Amino acid sequence: MQIYADNAATTKMSRAAIDAMLPYLDKVYGNPSSLHSAGQRASEALVAARERIAGILGAKPQELTFTSGGSEADNQAIISAAKMGEKSGKKHIISTAIEHHAVLHTLKKLENEGFTVTLLPVEPVTGLVTPQQVADAIGEDTALVTVMYANNEIGTVEPIAEIGAVCRERGVLFHTDAVQAAGHLPIDVRVQNIDLLSLSAHKFGGPKGVGVLYARRGVRLTNLIEGGAQERGKRAGTENIPGIVAMAAALEESAAHMDEASAHLIPLRDKLIAGLARIPHSALNGDPDKRLPGNVNFCFEGIEGESLLLLLDDKGVCASSGSACTSGSLDPSHVLLAIGRVHDVAHGSLRLSLGTDVTEAEIDYLIAAVADVVSYLRGMSPVWRDLQTGKRAYIL
Amino acid sequence: MALYSETVMDHFRNPRNVGVIDNADGVGEVGNAKCGDIMTMYLKIDGDTISDVKFETFGCGSAIASSSMATELIKGKPVSEALQLTNKAVAEALDGLPAHKLHCSVLAEEAIKAALKDYYDKHGIEYDHSLFPDCAHCEGCE
Repeated sequence: MQIYADNAATTKMSRAAIDAMLPYLDKVYGNPSSLHSAGQRASEALVAARERIAGILGAKPQELTFTSGGSEADNQAIISAAKMGEKSGKKHIISTAIEHHAVLHTLKKLENEGFTVTLLPVEPVTGLVTPQQVADAIGEDTALVTVMYANNEIGTVEPIAEIGAVCRERGVLFHTDAVQAAGHLPIDVRVQNIDLLSLSAHKFGGPKGVGVLYARRGVRLTNLIEGGAQERGKRAGTENIPGIVAMAAALEESAAHMDEASAHLIPLRDKLIAGLARIPHSALNGDPDKRLPGNVNFCFEGIEGESLLLLLDDKGVCASSGSACTSGSLDPSHVLLAIGRVHDVAHGSLRLSLGTDVTEAEIDYLIAAVADVVSYLRGMSPVWRDLQTGKRAYIL
Repeated sequence: MALYSETVMDHFRNPRNVGVIDNADGVGEVGNAKCGDIMTMYLKIDGDTISDVKFETFGCGSAIASSSMATELIKGKPVSEALQLTNKAVAEALDGLPAHKLHCSVLAEEAIKAALKDYYDKHGIEYDHSLFPDCAHCEGCE
């Protein structure tokens, strides 16, 4: 059995997105800035895609800027809000300890430029942050609050509408990194009090290399890329028309089927969680209910995540881990550490992010495959042996 | 996955000499759980020959493969030869390791040295202490 359970990393393109994209590769290939009819046809496609995406987000078309993806949108949102704040002497930014690196590294850069950053701690295990925490952290000099809609590793869905309301009341800009949420959870920027929002097409069946930055009218964007007058002069470079058109189709399709996708995924996700919880000395990471419909994340004590992934791959399962050996650094995932998982168990983490077409038979296979591999690796682990003999105390 | 050579994947998928030796003549454990890898080596020594060797490893694919290869390289060999085992030899026998995984082969060398030192200590055998420098901390433990 082959199961791709790494949809939080990227999804396969939906048929609708591929079909929408193809004509823009070799038939309608003009540059939308060109005056001739070939260019104008591309320009019309760009206008239409912008209107369709704006409609789904509850935004106005002119409030959207197309970017190269979620990271660029996050960077531009945060830098723009920081520069706006700086003009009125506000140099404080509030965020959380579990944001994506596209946010955290941008904040680090601003810190080096003299901004003060408060990273709110999250609730142990669940990873939730509360509107009250945000309210308490806001000061006179706060320029921006940036809190992700849903976490990419542990799947926790943050109360962004309530956080947005707090920010609105206090007159502070609110950005949300909605990369994991878009296409999977409802978004309405007006209802949810969002001033800036980032999303990425390849997380919901669109192509890689294209995303959106929503910035409410009145929020002045700072360019990251200088050049031509594309995107109202706020993001230079010839527009990725095939990508943008495909993104619109993918978002439309996932928005139209969101309820049925959730109704299908949530019981299967919960079955997978219940199945993996039967593995002794394991623990679910993230909130059990306020959770992305397709996300499952566990720590297994006594084993290391990379070996787990390699052996699962041999069994046809594509998954992801927050262990140091898979993160490319010496430390395990900052998200797992922030929810209180110590290094020893954070190394043994596994993320399974389900696709909307996952079946119950696949869930059964996943449970059996993971249980099998965990038990095999524990059998050769000196840590597990020490835990079993009492030389080392169980953490989970 | 193209991250590892076929030899690494073979030793990872089918590790040689996994297990424990009861009443081993020498046991060495290196690494720590915080860094994400621990290796334990067990030696059975008859006369001057390593007649049996087993390992247990908590760690990534290359840590398991490095342990497995290291046991193969010293099994049946004289103690003096096992003392000469280098991390480079382990990595080469595995047809190479990615640069950021070389510390796994270092750990395998250290685990075997630690087991040999334990054998000398347990059996009251005199040895050259310079053969066993203090744990060369992997960067992860700093």
